[in-house]
Amino acid sequence: MPASATRPLLPSGLKLLNWFLRGWTALVFIFLYVPIAVLVVFSFNSSRLNIVWESFTFDWYAKLFANGPLIKAAKNSLIIATGSTVLSVIIGTGGAWLLHRYRYRFSQAIQTLVAIPMVMPEILMGISLLILFATIGLKLGFTTVIIGHVTFSFPFVLVAVQARLQGLDPALEEAALDLGATPLKAFWLVIVPCLKPAIIAGALMAFTLSMDELIVTFFIRSASAVTLPIQVFGLARVGLNPMLNALSAIFIVATVAFVLFSEYLKKLSR
Amino acid sequence: MPAATPALPVSDHSRPGWKAWALLAPMVFWLLVFVVIPGIILFVYSFCERDEVGGVIFNFSFDNYRRVFDPVYLRIFARSIGYAGLTTVICVVIGYPVAYYIGRASEELRNRLLLLVMVPFWTSFLIRTYAWITILKQEGMLNSFLAAMNLGIGPFNLLYTPTAVVIGLVYAYLPFMILPIYGSAEKLDNSLIEAAYDLGAGPIRAFSSVIVPLTMPGIAAGTLLVFVPAIGMFAITDLMGGAKVPMIGNVIQNQFLQARDWPFGAALGVIFMLMFALTYVILQRRGSRSTA
Repeated sequence: MPASATRPLLPSGLKLLNWFLRGWTALVFIFLYVPIAVLVVFSFNSSRLNIVWESFTFDWYAKLFANGPLIKAAKNSLIIATGSTVLSVIIGTGGAWLLHRYRYRFSQAIQTLVAIPMVMPEILMGISLLILFATIGLKLGFTTVIIGHVTFSFPFVLVAVQARLQGLDPALEEAALDLGATPLKAFWLVIVPCLKPAIIAGALMAFTLSMDELIVTFFIRSASAVTLPIQVFGLARVGLNPMLNALSAIFIVATVAFVLFSEYLKKLSR
Repeated sequence: MPAATPALPVSDHSRPGWKAWALLAPMVFWLLVFVVIPGIILFVYSFCERDEVGGVIFNFSFDNYRRVFDPVYLRIFARSIGYAGLTTVICVVIGYPVAYYIGRASEELRNRLLLLVMVPFWTSFLIRTYAWITILKQEGMLNSFLAAMNLGIGPFNLLYTPTAVVIGLVYAYLPFMILPIYGSAEKLDNSLIEAAYDLGAGPIRAFSSVIVPLTMPGIAAGTLLVFVPAIGMFAITDLMGGAKVPMIGNVIQNQFLQARDWPFGAALGVIFMLMFALTYVILQRRGSRSTA
């Protein structure tokens, strides 16, 4: 071991570095989680002002579910997210399969085009869609919001499905075709079941993206198609409101469930 | 009889017929109609004029771009870039060690820590910004905490200040910096780092001349995910900065929804789009050069 002469000097430095990294990581996670935790804890606080802990209560949750505009907005969001998810899954899964299965003349260009909505600043997508809808005379409302949401959601489904396709045995489809299935049947009966975990993960992503989206929606909604984030943004601008804590807590719990479920899906597909 | 059915040549098998084109057409159509064409119309609008009631007159002029270069708006552009740049630098400084630690951890620990990054990553930035409002507000958590501790410091008037805007932006975008850097750090070849140590480099030297260049693609990707969105992010500046620190996103939003000067808003949008493209090209070059 010729390196042994220099080795003893290093571990102490490396150990120090490792301790630093560990401590730093712990601090950053505290920074990331304390505000979220505070939000959840204070959603159960009876004090209106959110400052000091008074006593435990479910009042804000009761008030939240009795708040007409917020519940209306939540319903709108669920309708829009469902519509957008269904369309995104169809376009994203189909697109991923076709781009994987066939070598189109412009495959590379199409792939680049798909990536644009994922990296494009949301405000630019919002204003350009607004101008488009104004130009073609499409009235703003649920349709326009769903169109916007599908546009930034389906590429995520497509990418998730594409990643799964890369690990798929090409013999599967060939076997189905050899056994007499039409390409469509082979896709539906053989390929789709194999892609299920990726499709579900993509659908969850599309749903979450739609439920949380504020910026694009801001430009292409109408007064009646108000989504939950739009409503929350309006309330948060006015000031503190413990009902928002309660709503946030529900969203945070849903997000944790979503993350854990996605992780489970990832394990399934391994 | 394996030879009885000769395998089709691959090129034939994967060559799309008209049916395959017809199936792909809806997706391509969607991207053209809702991504490409809106971009083109935005560009056209930026050369138009507005009428008194906020309509658009198709009358070619450079007036909107002349207005963009008015000192008032140049200052806002400079401020936006400054804030977004500061946010990006802070995110790299805070996030890099975390991403590196996660990337080098054992598989079990790595998966757990990644899960911990995913929760804030997927939590709506609106909710996470609201959390900071409850903390930083005059009668908020921080000040009441300081008062209760009786330390003799505070109360601070933090909300609606530039500091609050930067805190909000960093908090919102930090996970978007950690994840791509983690991606690079995880792929890092251990033997290269060991080689650096064996050649006598200390941890700092190994870090600056081996580890950072090798994780540059991650830093570049993270910068693209943080810097560009932060320039245009009007919601966080609105909530954390009040109306006091307008950024380019606030001005664009205002042109479209309140001032109703769409052509000018479109011109600002086109300039922002150019900045996005420029950042993208620069970062891509950077990222690929360091891996080559």
